[in-house]
Amino acid sequence: MIDPTTNLAIAESFLQPMGSVAADQLRHLKIVTLLTLIAVVPVMVSMPWILWRYRRSKPSGEYRPKWESNWTLECLMWGVPIVVVALIGVNLTIMTFRLDPYKELGKDPLQVQVIGLDWKWIFIYPDEGVALVDELVVPEGRAVELTLTTDTVMQSLQISAIVGQIYAMPAMTTKLNFLAVKQGESEGMNSQFTGNGFWKQKFQVYSVSKEGYAARMNKAKSSDLALTADTYAILAMQGTSEEAKKPLAIENRQGPIEMVLGDPKIFQRVLARYMVDEMTPESQPGSPFYDPKKSPLPPASDKPMMGMEM
Amino acid sequence: MLDAIFGRLTWDSIILVQAVEEPNINTLITASAAAMMPVGGVMIVALLTWMKWWKPLFEWLTSVDHKKIGTMYIIFAVIMLFRGVVEGMLMRANQAVGLNGGFLSSDHFNQLFTTHGTNMIFFVAMPFLFGLINIVVPLQIGARDVAFPRLNQISLGLTAAGGFLFMISLMVGEFSTGGWTGYPSFTGRLVNPGVGPDYYILAIAISGIGSTLTGVNFSVTIYKLRTAGMSFMRMPLFTWTALCTSILLIFAMPPLTACCAMLGLDRFLGFHFFTNDMGGNLMNFINLFWMFGHPEVYILVLPAFGVMSEIASTYSGKRLYGYTSIVAATMCIAVLSFTVWLHHFFTMGQSATVNAAFGVATMLIAIPTGVKIYDWLATLWGGRIRFTAPMIYLCGFFVLFTIGGLSGVILASPTLDYQLHNSQFLVAHFHNVIIPGVLFGILAGIHIWFPKIYGFRLMEGLSRITAFLWAIGFILAFMPLYQTGLMGMTRRTVAYEDPALVPWMIVSGVGSLILGLAFLSILVTILVSVLNRKKLMVPFGDPWDGRTLEWWTPAPTPEWNFAVLPKVECRDAFADAKEKGTAYQPIEKYDDIEMPSNTYYGFIIMIMASGLGFGLVWHMWWLAILSLLGAITTAITYAFLPQKHNVIPAAEVREIDEAWRRAAREGRGITRDDEGNQANQGLACPDNIK
Repeated sequence: MIDPTTNLAIAESFLQPMGSVAADQLRHLKIVTLLTLIAVVPVMVSMPWILWRYRRSKPSGEYRPKWESNWTLECLMWGVPIVVVALIGVNLTIMTFRLDPYKELGKDPLQVQVIGLDWKWIFIYPDEGVALVDELVVPEGRAVELTLTTDTVMQSLQISAIVGQIYAMPAMTTKLNFLAVKQGESEGMNSQFTGNGFWKQKFQVYSVSKEGYAARMNKAKSSDLALTADTYAILAMQGTSEEAKKPLAIENRQGPIEMVLGDPKIFQRVLARYMVDEMTPESQPGSPFYDPKKSPLPPASDKPMMGMEM
Repeated sequence: MLDAIFGRLTWDSIILVQAVEEPNINTLITASAAAMMPVGGVMIVALLTWMKWWKPLFEWLTSVDHKKIGTMYIIFAVIMLFRGVVEGMLMRANQAVGLNGGFLSSDHFNQLFTTHGTNMIFFVAMPFLFGLINIVVPLQIGARDVAFPRLNQISLGLTAAGGFLFMISLMVGEFSTGGWTGYPSFTGRLVNPGVGPDYYILAIAISGIGSTLTGVNFSVTIYKLRTAGMSFMRMPLFTWTALCTSILLIFAMPPLTACCAMLGLDRFLGFHFFTNDMGGNLMNFINLFWMFGHPEVYILVLPAFGVMSEIASTYSGKRLYGYTSIVAATMCIAVLSFTVWLHHFFTMGQSATVNAAFGVATMLIAIPTGVKIYDWLATLWGGRIRFTAPMIYLCGFFVLFTIGGLSGVILASPTLDYQLHNSQFLVAHFHNVIIPGVLFGILAGIHIWFPKIYGFRLMEGLSRITAFLWAIGFILAFMPLYQTGLMGMTRRTVAYEDPALVPWMIVSGVGSLILGLAFLSILVTILVSVLNRKKLMVPFGDPWDGRTLEWWTPAPTPEWNFAVLPKVECRDAFADAKEKGTAYQPIEKYDDIEMPSNTYYGFIIMIMASGLGFGLVWHMWWLAILSLLGAITTAITYAFLPQKHNVIPAAEVREIDEAWRRAAREGRGITRDDEGNQANQGLACPDNIK
């Protein structure tokens, strides 16, 4: 948990952007809306006017029951939407490439590995040797690259105030790059429905100063818990991170679960799980019969993973 | 032994038993819903016996008359709409008090949004439209029935079998919680071993096969059965849109059937199409599903656009503006609808190039859609607009659907979709296109064509109230969701933690109450109209001064539709004939009419398909195998049985038709001033307006 005295501003969604991507998205939203209004406003304005002018009870315009075509009008009707869509289309293409979640937003981005579970997220900082559950801390002004997978069903990690979302899928990795440009606090979530605890699958996101980030990492490094295959198997059981504290025997501790990274290959081992044997109800996290004792993680595979990088 | 008979069905699977054993608000809600079915069933049986309606009932169930089949589709859809609206209201009520947890359990809420979505798409919107298409298209093209009347009955039977499985899940077992899209691996057998996803797969696969057959049937009907002179470019717009929808059905339904079958193989036989392990890939399901799912949107909305075209010209008393343009736009939409499916998962991790291509393709659809809206506005221009109930739906459509289009263009941007995907903004968007688009079209269509089939109009005033209730209810219920979506609220969430959302959720809850009233208002309108039917009779068959062939028959339309098939020399053939004064001229020569006779074929297939589905869901293999064999045997047997026909002698046709024509020639008719009065007997006289 970040020191509560730092007093960070809270951002709810991309309407109060904290990240460069979210700020661009907000701007893009405004541009698209304004451009589309060029085609929408004529309908809104002309409809009441036409209804009034040609009302049967007291019409003021000429009755032309056989009028059915007009070339000028036809050109306008097709032309205006074509021009509008062309403008938006160019804009859309530029923005899609600029805000591609796979594009790194700075040199040497901070690497964070993310494992989605029912119903919690593990954030692994391999360079720091630290893992946090349901808390993502990033230094302001430094590019970050998340590499995501899940060890259950498909999920979607969303940090609205900074970047948006990307799906995370078992046996595969996806990436989400972002850059926090402001200090602040926000909430991230899973937006892809995953069952009963889905609505509780939220996590805190902090963008803090370099010093604040270092302090947070140091605090986590002093944790007596280690993320190993055994503790991971417990975390993989269905439940929120608060509910995981009891089986981890830390139920009295406040704040998010923080761990040192006991096994630096844990992320690769989770991916490898789906490349080895056929899954059974006991070995598949997310299954009602999942049993942490019967689901050892295999060693990390040397074979290339089924990534989504192109 | 018991396992062999009942499979995995146990005493505890029955919802009413659960409610007794473990009474709480969730089991009580489901149990009371479940209890409505046996109670309703007993009441219906009692009513049928009391009124001695069993024989007429079976005459309907075995009928191959397109008008009766259409009516049955619509009755089915109204019943399912009742369930869908109640589910929607429950969810909105739960959200209104949903700060940190509403009154529904998570599992109950998850089933609700799954059934609500599945129901509204597959068992409300589609049957409604199939009903309208069934009723209207043969009349509009001047045909006596569809190309394959028995196949039509089978389509209805399969839709009903899907509906049966869907409804029985309310009483026995549970439904899926995976949303109407049913993505694996959440719906795979490791994570969800229960019966829910099996009900889901089988219900939509069985009804989906029915829909494919409907597509085949109506494509052939429109290609082959058009009356003399009815070239493609003389077809009424509703028929055009029905043709596009039929073509879409043929190409879009098979991917759905395929992905359901593959998920079924994963679940029943341990295949690995979409599993996490052994090389399975859930992304393939998502792709296949949306290869169906996106064209499906246009399957629904195109016929509604067709109705809007009919409203714009009929109720402003003039020709449709830009007929060619609208036909071209409709075809553009139909083709483009197959090129955009990826926009349902921009966030799955594919490259920016792919996303940009599909984003631009999605926007392209906005062009023909915009053109159609401008064309309808131009149709009103220079007309004499009558503010009848259908016109109210059209105006509501103009304003609200355009807003839905705006939010659609926003969602078509991959960059914005990274924010708005899976959010309440999305929920607002698709309700915004489906309610003002599809539902308004359906309700307006029912108002317009009701008198054609049943011989009397619906009460105009009540219909107008219904239209306003739907519009107001929609605005209140769904506009707030745009805002909460932008604020970061996700869909499918049983509860939320942000107090700032509460006021929006309360407004939305109030809106859903109004939508509930709007549904009741439909029933009241029909009931009051039935009670007052003597005053609302339109025996001449043309209550709205119609322009197309369907109005050129008496109301209710006889079984054979047209005594002599009309010849067409232009668009709006009936309007043209009325103008020339030749509409009701006597006809020299009548022929015997041959109509296909009733058959139990579709009814038997319905029973067999229901048995097959239920047997598979509960692993009652004997039932599944017997039903499948039964269905195959039925099909083979009927293929060899000679098809029977009823012959209606020319003399009988002549008597009825001549009486109608004579009365129409001698009748005075009404101007549009009296359209809503008792004076409207369905005979229009020229409207002397400037």
